[in-house]
Amino acid sequence: MSEALLLIFEFFKTGLFAIGGGPATIPFLMDMAEKYPWFTMQELSSMIAISESTPGPIGLNMATYAGFRTLGVFGGVVSTLALVLPSIIVIIIIAKFLDGFQENRIVQAVFRGIRPAVTALIAAAVINMIRVTLFTEEAGQLIPQYKGMILCAVIFVLLQWKRLKKLHPAVWFLVAAVAGIVFQF
Amino acid sequence: MNELWNLYVAFFRIGILTFGGGLTMLPMLKYELVEKRKWITEEVLLDCYAIGQCTPGIIAVNTATFVGYKRKGVAGGVVATLGMASPSILIITVVAMFLEAMMSYAVVQHAIMGIRGGVCALMLNTVYTLAKKSLINKTCVAICAAAFVLAFFTPIPTVVIIVFAAAAGVVIDKIQGGDAK
Repeated sequence: MSEALLLIFEFFKTGLFAIGGGPATIPFLMDMAEKYPWFTMQELSSMIAISESTPGPIGLNMATYAGFRTLGVFGGVVSTLALVLPSIIVIIIIAKFLDGFQENRIVQAVFRGIRPAVTALIAAAVINMIRVTLFTEEAGQLIPQYKGMILCAVIFVLLQWKRLKKLHPAVWFLVAAVAGIVFQF
Repeated sequence: MNELWNLYVAFFRIGILTFGGGLTMLPMLKYELVEKRKWITEEVLLDCYAIGQCTPGIIAVNTATFVGYKRKGVAGGVVATLGMASPSILIITVVAMFLEAMMSYAVVQHAIMGIRGGVCALMLNTVYTLAKKSLINKTCVAICAAAFVLAFFTPIPTVVIIVFAAAAGVVIDKIQGGDAK
């Protein structure tokens, strides 16, 4: 199968099963990083930063970026369209045939099962991401990157503070970038 | 035709003016669709939003398709969704090209290493917030724990775990019968 078809297949799958928007696409992107040589987990973390700091829904931004990394401009366009295609199909079917879809008992039961699982999937993805970004692997051993860990801990603690919670994510990335330059990460 | 163009423009504007997607988009949608253009009422918007959250895919995209479909049928749904996706495609492509060209500078590499620490912090915070919202009873905690074990310790694909979780939701509903809230 050609690379473009694979890209379309993977993003169509992501659009169909990523329930809950932006962050829910991350476990799928991580699967892709493991399975294909398109982008690494480390690159994925830069993609998240950029997708959160630029206009547009995060999920769409990530798809464009990941597609661009794989096959250039064409890849970016194709991945994004593949990601939205399942939404178009599913939503039009629901809007046309299923009145009161969200009140349906089975639908509610399905989503009561899926929501906590999505939290778990994102948690697992984040732990994997921490393993590849805040540690380096040498001869099979994980060596912690103390500067990055301290920065991560400081920002996490500050985020729990009500006043700082509302700050735009881009502000935090800017702070992190400056820290990276000043302390030579 | 003109109407379709208007749909495209409206959702292009919404796409370019929202950062983050999901819930942060609601005020923007309300302003553009309910107040300014009077295309739909606030109740319909909230309905769209509820459906957008319990269907597969990105919430922002689902809402765009739904509103577009309500106004102009299938073509409307497609055009509104393309309008929503266009800013992402344009902006990210330019940013990605620019960044690839900058990667070789040491300063940029240090900045990116710093940003990665920041991303970990923000993602941890997302998980924490989600956990507080979604783990509301013992059943939720059990499903979450099982899904985590499968996702973290086994090579089972993400899609399979989602399907399992959906099935678990239905089975639990059947067992609890009328007692379920």
